[in-house]
Amino acid sequence: MSLIDLSGSLLFIAFIAYLVATLFFGGAIKGTKQDASKSNKNWGKIAITITIIGFIANLGYFITRWIYAGHAPVSNMFEFTTAFGMFVVGAFILIYFIYRLPALGLFALPIAILIIAYASMFPKEVTPLIPALKSYWLTIHVITAAIGESILSISAVAGLIYLMKNVDTTKRTKSSIWLEIVMYAVVLVLGFVIVTTTFKAIGYEADFSYVDKNGAQQEITYNTPALFGMHQYELKSSGKMEPLAEMPAIVNAKKLTTVVWSVIFGTVLYGLIRLILRKPICRVVQPLTKRVNSQLLDEIGYRSVLIGFPVFTLGALIFAMIWAQEAWSRFWGWDPKEVWALITWLFYAAFLHLRLSKGWQGEKSAWLAVVGFAIIMFNLVAVNLVIAGLHSYAG
Amino acid sequence: MNKITCECGHVNPEGTHLCEKCGRPLTEEDKKQKIVDMKYEGSAIRSKTYNKTIIDKIWNFFSSVKVGVTIIIVTLIVAAVGTFLPQVVYVNVADGEDVKQAYVDSYGTFGKIYYNLGLTDIYSSWWFQTLIGMLAISIIVASLDRGIPLYKSLKNQRVKRHESFMKRQRIFGQKEMPSAEADESLDLADKKMKELKYNVRREENALLAEKGRFARLGPYVNHLGLIIFLFGVMLRLMPGFYIDEDLWIREGETESIPGMEGYYLHSNKFTFQTYEKGEQTKEFNQSKAAVNSVAKNYQTDVVLYKAKDSAIAGDTENLKKIKKSAIKVNEPLKYNGYGLYQMDFRLNELKAMHFDLVNKKTGKSLGEVTIDLADPKKVYKIDDQTKVELKGYYPTFSGFDNGEPQSESPIPNNPAFIFKMYTPETPKGETSFVAIKQTLEPLGTTKYKMKFASIDTRNVSGLTVRKDKTLPILALGGIIFMIGVVMGSYWSHRRLWLQKTADGRLIMAAHTNKNWFSLKKDLNAVTDFAHLPAWIDQQDEDDLKKKQENEKEGDHNL
Amino acid sequence: MEKKQKRLYTRIIILAVLVAAIAYTVYNTAHKDDIQLLKVGDDAPNFSLVDLNGKTHKLSDYKGQGVLLNFWGTWCKPCKREMPAINNQYKQFKGQGVQILGINIAQSNLEVSSYADKLGVEFPIAIDKTKSVMRAYNVDPLPTTVLIDKNGKIVKFITGEMTETDIQKYLTSIKP
Repeated sequence: MSLIDLSGSLLFIAFIAYLVATLFFGGAIKGTKQDASKSNKNWGKIAITITIIGFIANLGYFITRWIYAGHAPVSNMFEFTTAFGMFVVGAFILIYFIYRLPALGLFALPIAILIIAYASMFPKEVTPLIPALKSYWLTIHVITAAIGESILSISAVAGLIYLMKNVDTTKRTKSSIWLEIVMYAVVLVLGFVIVTTTFKAIGYEADFSYVDKNGAQQEITYNTPALFGMHQYELKSSGKMEPLAEMPAIVNAKKLTTVVWSVIFGTVLYGLIRLILRKPICRVVQPLTKRVNSQLLDEIGYRSVLIGFPVFTLGALIFAMIWAQEAWSRFWGWDPKEVWALITWLFYAAFLHLRLSKGWQGEKSAWLAVVGFAIIMFNLVAVNLVIAGLHSYAG
Repeated sequence: MNKITCECGHVNPEGTHLCEKCGRPLTEEDKKQKIVDMKYEGSAIRSKTYNKTIIDKIWNFFSSVKVGVTIIIVTLIVAAVGTFLPQVVYVNVADGEDVKQAYVDSYGTFGKIYYNLGLTDIYSSWWFQTLIGMLAISIIVASLDRGIPLYKSLKNQRVKRHESFMKRQRIFGQKEMPSAEADESLDLADKKMKELKYNVRREENALLAEKGRFARLGPYVNHLGLIIFLFGVMLRLMPGFYIDEDLWIREGETESIPGMEGYYLHSNKFTFQTYEKGEQTKEFNQSKAAVNSVAKNYQTDVVLYKAKDSAIAGDTENLKKIKKSAIKVNEPLKYNGYGLYQMDFRLNELKAMHFDLVNKKTGKSLGEVTIDLADPKKVYKIDDQTKVELKGYYPTFSGFDNGEPQSESPIPNNPAFIFKMYTPETPKGETSFVAIKQTLEPLGTTKYKMKFASIDTRNVSGLTVRKDKTLPILALGGIIFMIGVVMGSYWSHRRLWLQKTADGRLIMAAHTNKNWFSLKKDLNAVTDFAHLPAWIDQQDEDDLKKKQENEKEGDHNL
Repeated sequence: MEKKQKRLYTRIIILAVLVAAIAYTVYNTAHKDDIQLLKVGDDAPNFSLVDLNGKTHKLSDYKGQGVLLNFWGTWCKPCKREMPAINNQYKQFKGQGVQILGINIAQSNLEVSSYADKLGVEFPIAIDKTKSVMRAYNVDPLPTTVLIDKNGKIVKFITGEMTETDIQKYLTSIKP
């Protein structure tokens, strides 16, 4: 077995381990009694052990791929997102050993699983580094920033559990609607994964030629039936679907198509779930959070921001500035990715200041943590794929 | 000024919530609270105290945390808006093309609106900079207003606090206890807390165990770091602190370095490499991306020279070689605070052209002439009777003006020549105008011609010359910020108060500025060990429930 | 009361310094393109260049005389238009303590000498091969003309084409 195959297998093992561990965390919170029973504790122990095994396998993936590629595997969308997912699990393990809260695993692991699944939708090839990325700062900056972001994400997980527990989902309030929207967003990501995997499995490929915004003739391959065509497109493959509409040159119609497919499929999926459950998803999830202490969740949310914020500052701003000074001769250039790192930082700075004032603890704080995670995901997904500046990874 | 005198006799500044010394709540409002607000130790936030003059009003505005957070949020939103479309520095605008037009062409009406609103250069706009400036004022004013009283209050705090203060702490417990037993408890707690690395002070019948007080200063330290950083950024705008120049240099050339007086750079070679098939991993070769070769290296091999100290501009004799270096992306040439960065390149600029002097009829060549386009010669001699005179050279031939060839740049993009060819057959010489894909014979048909043979090319490196004297200040600011933020985030200020009351109770209270979970762990350790009262967290739902249940049970017992 | 006064003054000073810093930053950003390291009134940077006839021209040797430096290129149209005018005035002012030096920016000897021959330029012309004089004087667009008085101070930078009357006026102004 070659190193890269081994690496792939280890990632798969980690993925499965996280899935299994989630189920065991589910077992650890069952029951109605206030205090955890002995069986609960055993379930919890098994769950965290499986999580750790998964995490070790995940690290194994990371290290073997690093050795194989000759550089830290954080240089494209697949690699970075997978690493981010791995660090989310790592951050969860860290927080778990401080607070021993199984409910956290029940939510953190599925999120990590979704992130890794999302990552796998991107090309997995080992790519050689372009000159701009050839620096040990790639390793230092990206890994530190990702660790910082993953610790901050745990705050959102705690926030989500807090909201699940404290928002009254039986009534139609702003909070309960927004909480359901968060659930819907999660389903959409699932929709994206399923759509992409399905069309990949059947090997759908449609080649197009188009004219880019500089007026040059380009080629592109769609992996999903084209809903939108690129600027002045021409279908090259026979027997494939003709696009329904043509987009101007500044819009990447291929990405738009994928997004729309994901939204369609995700929405259908959400509708089906609602049909089967006959109630909002939150209300189904809510009982899982019944026994958790709100005060503790609030503290975990705050604490993970406190732990993650300095790491994030160091990785995403300070190391980034040092590298930018080395590579581009200026430590700051208002590149979109830089700006969004700054936005994330400002947001958490605002979060920390708001917590000083009364009334911003508890539910409001939990919402802020969720919004913070949304900003991190925006920086990861939209800035790389849509806005695209100097940092754009091949999408 | 209305000083507030506490029942304990201590005189507090106006606006104080909790007596600096004993902790008694001082205002009616504070007395009503079930749990006191321990923010800034209940000290008087200066801004809230005085509000008389306009200066005080401005000061108070910036002192407010709410205002600070608002500025942060506005900055955040503005920064985000700036990423909707590429900023002007990232847009390639061809020479002479209007920037606005470029936005309209690429992004239509939205681009036009975006440009007209000034959003395309948002981060240099006066209002964005003012916003950042206001943030700086807010940081400074708010820190001064809070940091100083907090520091004083922490310094002045007494071991013995009033019961009303302790009761209103989140963590509180009490039980009746004989005096001797209580004394023993205090001793045991003293011992245990010291073991837990707390600082223990005792006074009369009271004990205060304290740990990590310096964490309270973290925010002020990190604010100081931020201010130093922003100061450095401001300083960059002063002339001389910051040099940013471009240098285009051709292989084989020596040029003075802009912004770096007395230094010269010679380029030996510029290399552009892409990954070869074998170097790419197998998976990558199979993928579609392999079709577009991936860049591997951009590199300029240079030699840095310095003119002798007494040398003046233009005097390039006795240049002293300082170092040979390969400038690559991520590996700038650094010298004396200057950095030379590989930023851009142009491949294959014409360097020399080879011609054959050919008899038009027979096609026979009399010899080859090589013209160095950077330094063309007047005469190219082939043998005694055969030579070519270069009568005119036009690096970028752009047409004729009054019959005279014109050149629109000094760079050989489209070279043209006027040759006068002397051969044994044509001793008087024949004139021919030669440009790429064009030959004119203005003075009559010639027997000979200069037949183009081949070209030599060379590459041009685009380098950036940078010096930033503010970097040490920025680094200092960054380091202080990190120290402050770590101080404030990874340590917490924990305190435990114990007191033996006159009526035979032992009361305890505890507080931390964050991380209650760890404080409770410490308390659990000491409670059993020192037989302290069972305490509850008055903000914790589970604890409160338990308390209620206990009280109910108590009712039944009655 | 005294304490109150002190507090007010401290606040005024702190706010004033901060506001001044912001105003300075905003002003500097708006004018960052006009910041010149070399200004009128500064000492003209000394240099030494060899002209087409092999004679070395060192600025410091012309102390006591007015100097006009004309930076140009053969491909630059306005340079070509003003060159004969400069040459005319050169002849007028010859021997009156005014020096004129044409500085070509790093072109080949052949191009420069054939150009000078064709236009019949009489004043000395030197080629700044390494662009070091051009950079010492922060010259960007061509033509640029620099006037230096007898004390070696910069009197004026002129970017763009000059008329013969302009040239005459300028030369008179730097005549010792």
